[in-house]
Amino acid sequence: MKELISRLKEGEERALARAISLVENQRFRGIELMKKIYPGLELPYLVGITGPPGAGKSSLSQEIVKEWLKKNDKVGIIAIDPSSRYSGGALLGDRIRMGEIARNPGVFIRSMATRGVLGGLNPTIFDTVLLMAVAGYEYILIETVGVGQNEIDVVDLADTTLVVTVPEAGDEIQTYKAGLMEIGNIFIVNKADRPGVSKMELVLKQMLKLQKSDGEWTPPVLKTVAVAGKGIDEVVKYCFEHYNYLQKKGLWQEKRRRFLRQHLINLLEEGFRRRFIQPLSRSEDFTSKLDNISNFKDDPYTVAEKYLEKTGIAVDEERGWQER
Amino acid sequence: MPEKKIKVLVAKPGLDGHDRGAKVIARGLKEAGMEVVYTGLRQTPEQIVRAAIQEDVDVIGLSILSGAHNQLFPDIMDLLAEKGADDILVIAGGIIPEEDHDFLHDIGIKAIFKPGTPIKKIVEYIKQECQR
Repeated sequence: MKELISRLKEGEERALARAISLVENQRFRGIELMKKIYPGLELPYLVGITGPPGAGKSSLSQEIVKEWLKKNDKVGIIAIDPSSRYSGGALLGDRIRMGEIARNPGVFIRSMATRGVLGGLNPTIFDTVLLMAVAGYEYILIETVGVGQNEIDVVDLADTTLVVTVPEAGDEIQTYKAGLMEIGNIFIVNKADRPGVSKMELVLKQMLKLQKSDGEWTPPVLKTVAVAGKGIDEVVKYCFEHYNYLQKKGLWQEKRRRFLRQHLINLLEEGFRRRFIQPLSRSEDFTSKLDNISNFKDDPYTVAEKYLEKTGIAVDEERGWQER
Repeated sequence: MPEKKIKVLVAKPGLDGHDRGAKVIARGLKEAGMEVVYTGLRQTPEQIVRAAIQEDVDVIGLSILSGAHNQLFPDIMDLLAEKGADDILVIAGGIIPEEDHDFLHDIGIKAIFKPGTPIKKIVEYIKQECQR
């Protein structure tokens, strides 16, 4: 592992790729690795990009990264796609639209599947961000698909969140989860050469007016045609403006703290599931309790409480956390 | 819950412009529980190898219909060896005449699947090879 870490610190792509696989697939060893590299880390600038499928996120990502590459040597991209609920597999096709930047020696693209983690980003995604930081990537773009809960969770991770839509979605935007409107720092109407652009722009601006404003930052609504490279410098300009805004207002630290807090919670939940819930759910006692529950003899609420009491933690809303 | 998944890169080297087969395979592998990275058409050996390394795949599936396999595949295999990534399982499919199979096996292509091969067979092969 020492060797892997030193190669990682030198920015070797293979080492980074291997390290990411370790945190994805061999959780215990992966966590050992994370413990060793965490102290003294500096977090890079994280931009999240989200929106419905077909909005052109990958094309837009490629254009944004091209701009960043003019001033930075190394850019990391994490492209997240949903895992199939039924098969557990995933089709990771975001690289298709990033062929141009994939040639650049300073660009590292990793595709990741959500792997069915409920209600929160897979903690390994944040671990991947940290590993990229160790390998010297100062700018990281995280792309997620806006179909589940995950696209809203990306905001926990990103410093600046870009929400991308297309003109055709005009009427449907009313049904967009409110969360999507709340989390965006910059809104982009891509494929702006199509009809309906002005309507979409108007709808977005109106919906934003209804939002409680995030301090002094008014999310701009920008128009782009990613495949033609149009409107990209505006996007990049606003990204930097947002970055500066966070710095100036001291919000940078606050955001960092917020997602480290979320990461800690994710790790606790993951550990609890793995060390307590999973082994428990495979036990005979669990099965027999489940039989009683299915026959409506025992209620699941009491069963759950009794199990939780075994952890030595009091389940008491008033008194909260308490050790027995 | 995070658990080990087989990760496969489905790649289309060269100027071959037909990817329906590759997409069918990609979907089939996904339905078999694998994580499939598809990088699109017209990939150079450099692009394929780089993607395979960054994504740390277990398997590379090369799909080719243009007949250029004898030129392209050795380049890919050489590059993999150069980058120390020749532990990745490389398989191929598409229009690859029988008489070229020996040569391709010699350079390290472990299996070659004819068009029309049932996905199940490919899935089973991959799962078996990745068990080791």
